[in-house]
Amino acid sequence: MELVEAIILAVLAASTPLLIAATGELVTERSGVLNLGVEGMMIVGAACGFAGAWLTGSIFIGALFGIVAGTLMSLIFALMALGLAVNQVATGLALTILGVGLSGLIGARFVGERITPAAHLYIPGLTDVPLIGRVLFGEDAFVYFSLALIVAVWWFLYRTRPGLILRACGDSHVSAHALGYPVLRIRTFAVMFGGACAGLAGAYLPLAYTPFFIPGMTAGRGWIALALVVFSSWRPGRLVIGAYLFGAVTILQLHAQGWGVGIPSQFMSALPYLATVIVLVLLSRARTGGSTAPAALGTVFVPDR
Amino acid sequence: MRKSLLALAAGLLIAGSVSAASAADKLKVGFIYLGPIGDLGWTYQHDLARQALVKELGDKIETTYLENVPEGPDAERAIEQLVRAGNKLIFTTSFGYMDPTLKVAKKYPNVHFEHSTGYKRDKNMSTYSAKWYQGRYIQGLIAAKMSKSGVLGYIGSFPIPEVVSGINATVLAAQTINPNIKVKIIWANTWFDPGKEADAAKALIDQGADVIMQHTDSPAAMQIASERGKFAFGQDSEMIKFGPKTQLTSILDTWGPYYIARVKAELDGTWKSEDTWGGLDSHMFAMAPYTNMPDDVKKMAEDAQAAITAGKLHPFKCPVVGQDGKPVECKGGANLDDGQILGMNFYVKGIDDKLPGK
Repeated sequence: MELVEAIILAVLAASTPLLIAATGELVTERSGVLNLGVEGMMIVGAACGFAGAWLTGSIFIGALFGIVAGTLMSLIFALMALGLAVNQVATGLALTILGVGLSGLIGARFVGERITPAAHLYIPGLTDVPLIGRVLFGEDAFVYFSLALIVAVWWFLYRTRPGLILRACGDSHVSAHALGYPVLRIRTFAVMFGGACAGLAGAYLPLAYTPFFIPGMTAGRGWIALALVVFSSWRPGRLVIGAYLFGAVTILQLHAQGWGVGIPSQFMSALPYLATVIVLVLLSRARTGGSTAPAALGTVFVPDR
Repeated sequence: MRKSLLALAAGLLIAGSVSAASAADKLKVGFIYLGPIGDLGWTYQHDLARQALVKELGDKIETTYLENVPEGPDAERAIEQLVRAGNKLIFTTSFGYMDPTLKVAKKYPNVHFEHSTGYKRDKNMSTYSAKWYQGRYIQGLIAAKMSKSGVLGYIGSFPIPEVVSGINATVLAAQTINPNIKVKIIWANTWFDPGKEADAAKALIDQGADVIMQHTDSPAAMQIASERGKFAFGQDSEMIKFGPKTQLTSILDTWGPYYIARVKAELDGTWKSEDTWGGLDSHMFAMAPYTNMPDDVKKMAEDAQAAITAGKLHPFKCPVVGQDGKPVECKGGANLDDGQILGMNFYVKGIDDKLPGK
């Protein structure tokens, strides 16, 4: 039983950065903007988040540093892709390259330093309940925040008027513009939200997951978050399933190797990707009428004046 | 005022030309790195060696390095860039640079190349590597002594001979202390992903391992072991900062002496293509101080290190028994020969797992 609990805890830790980054990108893409720079924003968030926590001794301030850093990075993207109407794919890729280099520069000073990782919740009595106690009441704040965030995003997108307007920008920027909505301003906010989430997701790595900074420590998680958004067909509910499924299979395949099940490790390593793709494709086929890509995703919009 | 400015400008000009002249006389030495120099592991150790080189021969040489160079076609361009910049001796420091290095070497016969951990050579291309399995053997002895559960956790990168021979050396050593020792192996299928390495370490500890060994590059596993109060070994570099009460020792890549020797040979004009596979005796790597263990275990480790260095102890002393229970052919007389170790693709008896791809 202890092992089950340990596995669930590891799954939550592995899934949380993916969920946070993907939540941000989902909002960005729902507004019609494809920002491929998630990996770059994440790694800068990781470097700045660690710097903040190391300098102040506070995980909370570290997380804020990560959020601000990710937002600033996304503003570079907004300036290029929205302000100057540069190709979004190229800008996003450039942002990742910039981010990887910049994070190395920012983080160089902090390589080899350690911090105390984010504290875990402890409620006497509740946290001690076997099996579910630590899973439900013993996580770090990031885990709870990520779940609250995706619920809030779902509510915003489907239950509020601004959410509807944001989706309208993503489906037809011309119509939204004709109705008098400031498409570029709305998209800029969506891009900034995506950047803030990516920065926070990056900061989660050195603040809670592995409490040190090393260049390149995001190791492709930004790309996985991007893929999750696509395979969840831009729906928050499926995004949660996808992120946790990916995390779960990642951890379970490691355990399976430890038990020695005799399946080649190369196949095991590919399993999280396979399982996530298959399940999410099946999900989107099972329910007809599910939304597909925002119609205006990735297209440049220059308002007529 | 104006006069002094002119004088200053003239002085700068002269100084500039002097340094340019001396730079032209200096031997240019180039390095291609796989990771960032701040990776605290593989690339970091190569750069420490470069710094040692500069310290030793800085008045005669000038070094340049390119970091984060991906293995593949990009590497060829990067190596060629160093050639065009006038570098006469170029170290390419990862296995995946093998073919790109060879290609550039054929194109520029007057430039000398040194490729790390590969097996293809040419008139102007040497290879160099270290017998890390010797260090793994010492770690296996320590691990078996320190483990209370009798279960060791091993994080592998890819099932290539270098890693497999490390696992086998560890297990053979551990069996001399505890014949029933168990080793759980998890392949991360990456050299570097701190999160995944941490997850692998968690999984191993959750399954009962109490000594963690790794053949991946980040200090994540060390840090998890430290959090859980277990023991661990570092990799490539000193990782004791991440586990002051956790690290037992670490295999330290010490390329410095080799780099200095090769550059000296280049300066003397005696450089020639060679295949160097050095062990503890030739200081291609070193063991970090033996820490967090009782004195008798420390002494045992030091004795084993001395015996291996002196050539009295060989980790793959025959008979080496494979998983099928049959002894492996003994090509080196009393022990397996270098070729068998360099191409090792089997597990020894006592490992329950199956080697991936076998």
